[in-house]
Amino acid sequence: MALAEAAFKGQSSGPPENVRRRGGRLSGWTVLALAIAAVVSIPILVVLASVFVPATEVWGHLVQTVLGRYITNTLWILVGVAILTLVMGAGTAWLVGMCAFPGRRAFEWALLLPLAMPAYAIAFTYGGMMDFAGPVQTALRDWFGWGVGDYWFPQVRSLPGVIILLGLVLYPYVYLLARTAFLEQSVCVLEVGRTLGQGPWRTFRRIALPLARPAIAAGMALALMEALSEFGAVQYFAVDTFTTGIFRTWYGLGDLAAAAQLAAILMLFIFVLLALERMSRGRAAYHHTTTKYRPLPRYHLTGWARAGAIAACVIPISLGFLLPAGQLAIWSIETAPEILDARFAREAANTIGISAAAAVLAVGIALVLAYAVRIAPGRLARAGARLAGLGYAIPGPVIAVGVMIPFAWTDNLVDGWMRDTFNISTGLVLSGTVFALLFAYIVRFLAISLNTVESGLGKVTPNMDRAARSLGARPGATLRRVHAPMVRGSLLAAGLLVFVHAMKELPATLILRPFDFNTLAVRAFELASDERLADAAPAALAIVVVGLVPVLVLSRALSNARPGS
Amino acid sequence: MGLAFGLTNWLGADQGLGASAQSPGSVNVYSARQEALIRPQLDAFTAATGISVNLITASADALLERMKAEGRNSPADVLLTTDAGRLIRAAEANVLRPVTSEVLVAAISEQYRDPDGYWFGLGIRARVFFYAPDRVDPSELSTYENLASAEWQGRVCIRSSTNVYNQSLLASLIAHDGMAMAEQWAAGMVANMARDPQGGDRDQIKAVAAGQCDVAVANTYYYAGMKAGTAEEQQAAAQVALFWPNQGAGERGTHVNISGAGVGQFAPNPENAVRLLEFLVSPEAQRIYAEVVYEFPVRSGVPASDAVAVFGTFQADTLDLHRLGEFQSEALMMFDRVGWR
Repeated sequence: MALAEAAFKGQSSGPPENVRRRGGRLSGWTVLALAIAAVVSIPILVVLASVFVPATEVWGHLVQTVLGRYITNTLWILVGVAILTLVMGAGTAWLVGMCAFPGRRAFEWALLLPLAMPAYAIAFTYGGMMDFAGPVQTALRDWFGWGVGDYWFPQVRSLPGVIILLGLVLYPYVYLLARTAFLEQSVCVLEVGRTLGQGPWRTFRRIALPLARPAIAAGMALALMEALSEFGAVQYFAVDTFTTGIFRTWYGLGDLAAAAQLAAILMLFIFVLLALERMSRGRAAYHHTTTKYRPLPRYHLTGWARAGAIAACVIPISLGFLLPAGQLAIWSIETAPEILDARFAREAANTIGISAAAAVLAVGIALVLAYAVRIAPGRLARAGARLAGLGYAIPGPVIAVGVMIPFAWTDNLVDGWMRDTFNISTGLVLSGTVFALLFAYIVRFLAISLNTVESGLGKVTPNMDRAARSLGARPGATLRRVHAPMVRGSLLAAGLLVFVHAMKELPATLILRPFDFNTLAVRAFELASDERLADAAPAALAIVVVGLVPVLVLSRALSNARPGS
Repeated sequence: MGLAFGLTNWLGADQGLGASAQSPGSVNVYSARQEALIRPQLDAFTAATGISVNLITASADALLERMKAEGRNSPADVLLTTDAGRLIRAAEANVLRPVTSEVLVAAISEQYRDPDGYWFGLGIRARVFFYAPDRVDPSELSTYENLASAEWQGRVCIRSSTNVYNQSLLASLIAHDGMAMAEQWAAGMVANMARDPQGGDRDQIKAVAAGQCDVAVANTYYYAGMKAGTAEEQQAAAQVALFWPNQGAGERGTHVNISGAGVGQFAPNPENAVRLLEFLVSPEAQRIYAEVVYEFPVRSGVPASDAVAVFGTFQADTLDLHRLGEFQSEALMMFDRVGWR
């Protein structure tokens, strides 16, 4: 099965120790990995460099007034999203993976659908629908004759609102990785549990869940990093987090140094998060010691358990996808005739083209990095790979400026030298071109492809490396002829994930794009920020629809992911 | 795969790449005003002059950062913003150049342009009150200052202070009433809020229509836009009425701001840039401005669009717009201190 290897499991396996190069010198692969990591981390370092500017009075003002709120709100979002994605993601993964109940096969792929929904799109649809002045509350007031203050209604534009909406669009990461992990667990381990008299719930809690922990942690790390960097949704709901604070400080107060200091605290959160994830894994190994697979006997659910299982799957799918997509569709029907024109087609082509290019590049780079860590596992290569993946947690607008400054600096340097030497002006060669934009996408989304490719490689037993090397293949040839074909499912999955993300990306696209280069996200955002939600809907819906293609490919891969079946 | 489709604009064929940026037939615009709102005028400019327009849009601050980073190679001929404070900030960052143009000086009254020619107003926007006529008698409304008094407790809707319109409004209060009074005003407004600040200006107007608050503070053109919007928006707009603050005898007039533009310090096509600005204040373009974005024309003698004319005439605050730029940062910190999100 081509996609059977589409594993999203956390980096589970240790490196093949005996493939390590002997002696103290760095291998070419390590050097290459470090070079890539250095280039990719330039934007992050550019922003962080401002930290060393002495604190201004603005910083003192922030500490006295808003910093506490940024920290508490951000922590609440982290905790809330962690719980929601764990419960919804791992819970549903176990249900559809291990139990039998009506609709299971449909839920299996439908649970991935919210992945295609950009967080800003779900925020503005729910904002529009559930507001006091929106259709839902208005209808309630009309039906029951309520007035202002006569009834309680959950406030969607609030911290809990943000947490729930982010949980709804981010749980598929955990679902995706957890489900694969559950399916890969050998039947032997689970049967041991059964013979010891464990029921489905206890098997889940005491065997399957702990075994799947690396995968679940990897999924949650992705979800939390994305929650940390979320800008559109929190901005729209006026919930103050580090992300919005960085912009308020930078743009509103015009203080780049204080904004960078906020960004540095945000990075601290990320380091702690990653460290916790790694520490919790410790040196435990999660290899499967047996390759005995056969179709798993599913737990047949009946009665209340069956109804509960169905509800557990239907709720995230409807709230995270069907409802908002339906609202977007209703708005689109209203406005599509005016919005759909040649320009719209051009924007769709731009969006697909640049996202595809970003996906190919991000996967290629991830493969090189992950392989370097595998064959030359030293602190250096590992640190390089970690550094290269940091961009995912950094808000897009921060990355945009981090890309803009060094690109323009290089361009101006070359231009100045050419002017002085040959009296020719080369102008801006990189800035304001699609290259700058592609670079920003790679900085931002490399972590996704890296995680996926690493976990794919992790599943290839080190014996493969040893066999290939003992047959005389050099590392490059081994990668090309042995690993790449074996993990092509993972590569495809990584590419698709980057593609979906690049398509939804907004802030970096806005500021780095060349003249007259529009994407669907830019269009949707401009109209939505002018509070023309109905006009924004066709572009947002197009993003969702195009995003569905990779999601459905992933689902197909998933349902075939059980080894040996 | 649409790769071939977008390839020419991918590589920015019309702009930044060396010589083509120098070609006399184009002008590069960095716009904080969205494409949908600025394209009609730009298309009219191309039709009238043959000069093609290359456009990028983003927030004014992001565009400013981009111009600073690009330095002397910046392709930006024109920077368009929707707030005077940001133009002033751009001029201070040395990314704009002074322009002498009799056409611009003649068309734009002194109040709405920079005396040194760094920036020019293109349209005027006013920040006003919208109230529910069934719950509020217009005689109860008077000034911005009054809206912060105790009688409005729990009855006011206004958006987040992150928005530049509120920063400019508070900057104007700082300029008129002084720091202490302005801070007291902001604190009073926070106490009077019917709900935490959320959403945009249209959302505030809709909240009045729905009965969540009695008075909203919002810009005029959003209201005009709602009247021409979806059925639901039209219905909401019909349930509120507009009030011009600070109009009484001896009052300073309603707070106004401009959308405007300046010419890039290192503009590769400065002549075309000035031609574009001159075109944008021509009666023809001003009419499009008024009809598409519902702002008040900056050129006297051009009537406001029908959608805006029904609001009636008003006395505008004559505060020097430079003062808005001067106090915006202070205003933002004041918002933080009083807990206005």
